[in-house]
Amino acid sequence: MAEQYRTVVIGASAGGLTALATILSRLPQNYPAPVVIVQHVKEEGTDGYRAVFLGKRCPLPVKEAIDKEPLKPGIVYLAPAGYHLLIEEPGPLPLSVAPPVNFSRPSIDVLFESAAAVLGEQLIGVILTGANSDGSRGIKKIKEYGGYTMVQDPSEAEVPAMPLAAIECADIDAILPLERIGGFLAGIDGPAIPLATTTTHKTKTS
Amino acid sequence: MHRQECEKTKRLETELLLEAIFRRYGYDFRHYARASLARRLDMQLRRQKLAHISELIPVLLHDQAAFDLFLLDMSITVTDMFRNPHFFQELREKVIPKLKTWPYVKIWCAGCATGEEVYSLAILLQEEKFYDRCQIYATDYNNRSLAIARDGIYGLDKIKNYTANYNKTGARGSFADYYHAKYDGAKMNEGLKRNIVFSHHNLATDSVFGEMNLILCRNVLIYFDQDLQNRVLDLYAESLCAGGFLCLGAKESLQFSSVADTFDPVSRKNNIYRKNYARTEGVLG
Repeated sequence: MAEQYRTVVIGASAGGLTALATILSRLPQNYPAPVVIVQHVKEEGTDGYRAVFLGKRCPLPVKEAIDKEPLKPGIVYLAPAGYHLLIEEPGPLPLSVAPPVNFSRPSIDVLFESAAAVLGEQLIGVILTGANSDGSRGIKKIKEYGGYTMVQDPSEAEVPAMPLAAIECADIDAILPLERIGGFLAGIDGPAIPLATTTTHKTKTS
Repeated sequence: MHRQECEKTKRLETELLLEAIFRRYGYDFRHYARASLARRLDMQLRRQKLAHISELIPVLLHDQAAFDLFLLDMSITVTDMFRNPHFFQELREKVIPKLKTWPYVKIWCAGCATGEEVYSLAILLQEEKFYDRCQIYATDYNNRSLAIARDGIYGLDKIKNYTANYNKTGARGSFADYYHAKYDGAKMNEGLKRNIVFSHHNLATDSVFGEMNLILCRNVLIYFDQDLQNRVLDLYAESLCAGGFLCLGAKESLQFSSVADTFDPVSRKNNIYRKNYARTEGVLG
């Protein structure tokens, strides 16, 4: 296993909001990595609500990502409805209104594939409940690039299709129930994940 | 390690390709946000059944038609008429009343792509009984997109969604009054075009072409890296008259840019800004 993980990416679809709340509630304050989330949402303009809902249940600040904002540890970023969210080097988070991928914008594959290319073995990818197969290609790439891959146990997922598709697509490192995914990411349950303690991304010097 | 080497090589190939395109055709993608660009290039490779980005270089350098197609792919966005209806409602309620205080108003739709936003704006101005005092400059770097914008014909399958959006903007009429449906297309009324000039302008390389009262540029800057974003925002700051308005996409922000001090927020939610009077250097200054 790689020595240090610097960033966590999570993909969720149908049933995702409660699943995300369960995981995020387990993360400690001053969490040493940024957590970047794509959750499929239908309507634009529902943005503010999700961040508030999750923020109440998570010790870390939760926010909708704005184009080119710096990626900082200890903050949870949500992809806004209607935009892809990507990760690139150096730090700032780019959004995009390129066509939907897997009928979705934001798409989990878009986030995961861009993150894997930049972060390689410093990345943790998590796939949660959902009714489609978005994220499968992405989690496969994270695995190929040496990152750590986790999937919610399909038997307890509200909608198991997305976890099952991910498991079929890649050799997943850990398949766990929600409660344990949170603990695992927090480093207090299961195999400890050594997280970097320094700033995760260089900000661009101009 | 191997993967990292691959990614490094890919970045190098991308730089070479973009440099080649710039020097051959003058289109400058060198400061486009890299992660989205990488996805589009991957798509190109899959379509053309090529293994490496560098293989695109000879194809695009020697084949003008292939380059034209590439250009179209590079600028594909999925947009709607009256996207984010609440933005248009605020434009109607907060911006247009201020614009009406000028005798004549110039509006720049920068990066208008296939024109959905331009026609939305024209409809709005017409409903506010103000359109005859307006001139809209709709620009894009992609001539094929501009041709679609000029035609103003959109898929009939999208009209339902456009109508729903329109109805949420504080509309004063019926969306059906603004287009004619035929076969599977909806053609926007010719009358809407009367004060629109469609023309070629490249934000990455071209400069100011007139003093503007309002600039609409929603979801265009997100394709650029921060250097190019700052260049374009400087261009907007320079183009706008004192008190002129700048509208960005809902998830774009001046907050991380070099011109943040030049503008005051009018609507934080919909990213509408106004160029402040204080910092403008007038002829007397």
